[in-house]
Amino acid sequence: MDTHSALYELGRRRLQSLRNLPKRHPHSLADKMAEFGLSRRDFLKWTAGVSSMLALPLPFSNLVAEAAELADRVPLIWLHMAECTGCSESLVRADTPNLDSLIFDQISLEYHETLMAAAGWQAEENLDQALETYKGNYLLAIEGAVPTANNGAFLTLGCKGRTGLESVRKAAAGAAAIVSVGTCASFGGVQAAYPNPTGAKGVHQVVDKTVINLGGCPPSEKNIVGTLMYFIMFGKLPALDIYNRPKWAYGARVHDNCDRRGHFDAGEFVEQFGDNNAKQGFCLYKVGCKGPYTYNNCPTERFNHHTSWPIQAGHGCMGCSEPNFWDEMADFERPLGRQTLHGLDATADTIGSVILGAAAVGIGAHAVASIFARGIEE
Amino acid sequence: MNKRVVIDPITRIEGHLRIEVEVDENNVIQKAWSSSTLWRGIEVILKGRSPLDAGLITQRICGVCTYSHYRCATEAVENALGTKIPLNAKLLRTLMQVSLYMHDHLVHFYHLHGLDWVDVVSALSADPAKAAREAMKYSPHPIAAGEGDLKAVQDKVAGFVATGKLGPFANAYWGNGTYKFSPEQNLIALSHYLKALEVQRVAAEMLAIFGGKQPHPQSLVVGGVTSVRDMLSPARLQEWKQKHAIVADFIDRAYQADIIMAAEAYGAEPSVLGGVALTNFLATDDFLLADGEYLFNAGVILNGDINGVQDLDPSLIAEDVTHAWYSAPASQHPFDGTTVPQYTGFVERDTVYGKLPTLDGDGKYSWVKSPRYQGEPMEVGPLASLLVSYARGNTAVVEAVNGLLARTGLPIGALFTTLGRTAARMLQTQLVAHEGLRTFDALLTNLVSDESTYAKPEIDPDKEYRGHAMIEAPRGMLSHWVRIKGGKIENYQAVVPTTWNAGPMDSQGKQGPYETSLIGLKLEDPTKPLEVIRVIHSFDPCMACSVHVMDFKGTDLGEFRVAANAI
Repeated sequence: MDTHSALYELGRRRLQSLRNLPKRHPHSLADKMAEFGLSRRDFLKWTAGVSSMLALPLPFSNLVAEAAELADRVPLIWLHMAECTGCSESLVRADTPNLDSLIFDQISLEYHETLMAAAGWQAEENLDQALETYKGNYLLAIEGAVPTANNGAFLTLGCKGRTGLESVRKAAAGAAAIVSVGTCASFGGVQAAYPNPTGAKGVHQVVDKTVINLGGCPPSEKNIVGTLMYFIMFGKLPALDIYNRPKWAYGARVHDNCDRRGHFDAGEFVEQFGDNNAKQGFCLYKVGCKGPYTYNNCPTERFNHHTSWPIQAGHGCMGCSEPNFWDEMADFERPLGRQTLHGLDATADTIGSVILGAAAVGIGAHAVASIFARGIEE
Repeated sequence: MNKRVVIDPITRIEGHLRIEVEVDENNVIQKAWSSSTLWRGIEVILKGRSPLDAGLITQRICGVCTYSHYRCATEAVENALGTKIPLNAKLLRTLMQVSLYMHDHLVHFYHLHGLDWVDVVSALSADPAKAAREAMKYSPHPIAAGEGDLKAVQDKVAGFVATGKLGPFANAYWGNGTYKFSPEQNLIALSHYLKALEVQRVAAEMLAIFGGKQPHPQSLVVGGVTSVRDMLSPARLQEWKQKHAIVADFIDRAYQADIIMAAEAYGAEPSVLGGVALTNFLATDDFLLADGEYLFNAGVILNGDINGVQDLDPSLIAEDVTHAWYSAPASQHPFDGTTVPQYTGFVERDTVYGKLPTLDGDGKYSWVKSPRYQGEPMEVGPLASLLVSYARGNTAVVEAVNGLLARTGLPIGALFTTLGRTAARMLQTQLVAHEGLRTFDALLTNLVSDESTYAKPEIDPDKEYRGHAMIEAPRGMLSHWVRIKGGKIENYQAVVPTTWNAGPMDSQGKQGPYETSLIGLKLEDPTKPLEVIRVIHSFDPCMACSVHVMDFKGTDLGEFRVAANAI
């Protein structure tokens, strides 16, 4: 059985069932596009882009188009735990009116503390009502780690003084799918760094359902929106890697697609920030770049409407989409080459010409870590 | 019989904030408690790590004022190590800060604070043609306020309401009597709310140009900045300037216009003419315009005496945890501050919503501590910064403040209100946007003869170091304090703006700005406390930041000399 045909059929059936659900928004996507001066052609370009981003063949762009129009059938509930709001901010800063943000407007955003108008008792009512009304159908996004020490007392939410732990478990119970947005929700993040005084954990460690982890501090809005789109289209999780990150976004190392890769291969390195090599855009490995150990699409997607990304700004990657990176990737401005990572020995830090040979071996070993736990058919 | 009102979550802020108030039979607030309900322990996590990583870690305290902690931590470590960074690095850091303010304040006014002033439902009954004429009153060239623009916005919202599905606008306090805009004014502001969503993305791109990304830029290092290629690229510099022009234009033609409109509409609304019961203000120097020249000044105002502005002496800062969820330490030096949590939970009692767990006002009730200056609570933020600079006779600030007062016909006393606090933030944004171009020009001039961006820091593992930095973050004065031993962080503490503003009562029974700003406020309906939300939002709460603060009490910093922005 051709897996793509099967997946396409699944998507078609899924969208048919969504089409039978009541509309939530008065305006169709076409109306919104007109309002922002976007043409059908822009839209088709975008659907093709999303298809390729999700590593799907071109015919799937029809499904993307249909899913975009049906997005308002899927309620989204967004919870904040132990976090800094950076992931919400990343999403809010998505490209100037493009379809990604329109889709986000189209999705029925039932609860999001940073953006919603209601407050206090009434806000909590909105949450409880949404959990009840859309039981089994809502998409749950969680930003931030869950403090578990002291029975979760390091975080309470709402008038009823529920702990973050209780809130997450309650919301997870009725969710159609759960997405951990950012490294904190995925793996615990900064508050879980040693000695982890609040017992902070990733969401998947406190609920008994599969959770999609969108690593990154913050993840790009593309990775968030792409994940939502996939769920709307197929009603199931995309292919995930060993850390439950979507393969289409986290399938390659930063190092593999870095525009400074040629300098690495040629042995041309920045020796010190601000030196002549830095002005020429040489490889940042020697000033601590963690690109060889980090899986994310930053080099191709970049941030803020493709404005830049850390390596373009002359600073090495810090490995922010990886579990425990605060402990395992520190010191951020020194080459790694002295630790075991993901169970693989990374030895890659001497000087001069040796660096290349050793680094290449150490880094090459990491390609093995790309073996994914699940295939496209789960 | 007093009634207890519980407000949790306070939405449209950064983080987790709980406010409780007690109202009398006339629904006038008699008592108020402010509580942060999350502790993350980042200062504990910093110990034993490389001081060169302090900036990247502390940046994760907050994703809204992202960059403030990054810069402050980097400069605290530079101060400790005695690293002198090149002028280009100082100027580029300032340009990033200009970008941050233009983004952060704009988002705060429109997307976090706006719906406290703007009744979305009322905008439905507006006449778009009349509204377009109304907009001309507040700006000669309004943005997104032509009849067609306004009609489109109205149709959009009308469709929303017709389905009965308000999504993020559901279940708010629409129709509350303290909303004062006419339907036409609500429609104008609503149109700007939507337009600002676009503009703020451009502002975020400004920071990303030199920062790599926003939130959480990644181009500062101890010793300078790394985005040397962007700095040396004329195209990149021009890109920044173009985006700056777009955002500055919106600030002048929409943000300023809406504040003037609000001053007019709300000029007689009692619930926004209080809110500054405490008249102590604290601010530091920031925004390097050229070598050694700052846009805003440091100083202390006590009891509203703007004629007696005093110099800021950090040795007079003290800290109290009587009502915070930490075990009270003995008197401690800032470099020896500890953070030991001691959670005591809630107390069950009757409220306007029935029985609920509530704050224990007699005991401990917040993860935020209570910083004090000479034993007094202080307000920090845009209002404090402007008042201190005004008191110092800072020409740019005096002109801006007097200009706004003249334009709105309000007396100087109007600054000491919730409305004034909100207006001050706009003025600060405008000053930063306009004057920030001087920094840009200073950078261009310096680049002609100097391309340096980095001075390598030296850390001797056998030596001990200590240092600090003080800056103005968007929400007020921020300081970081670090001790380094054996090449590692021995101790780290941050004193954060929202801590000053949101802290609980101290051992003397003195309350901080949030709590005092609510006393005497009359609520139209205690079960729908819009008035409280509006006052608290005027401070722009940032709770993730506020739970990071040092522990110390009235200690003498001894030989430790402080220069603001010491680099």
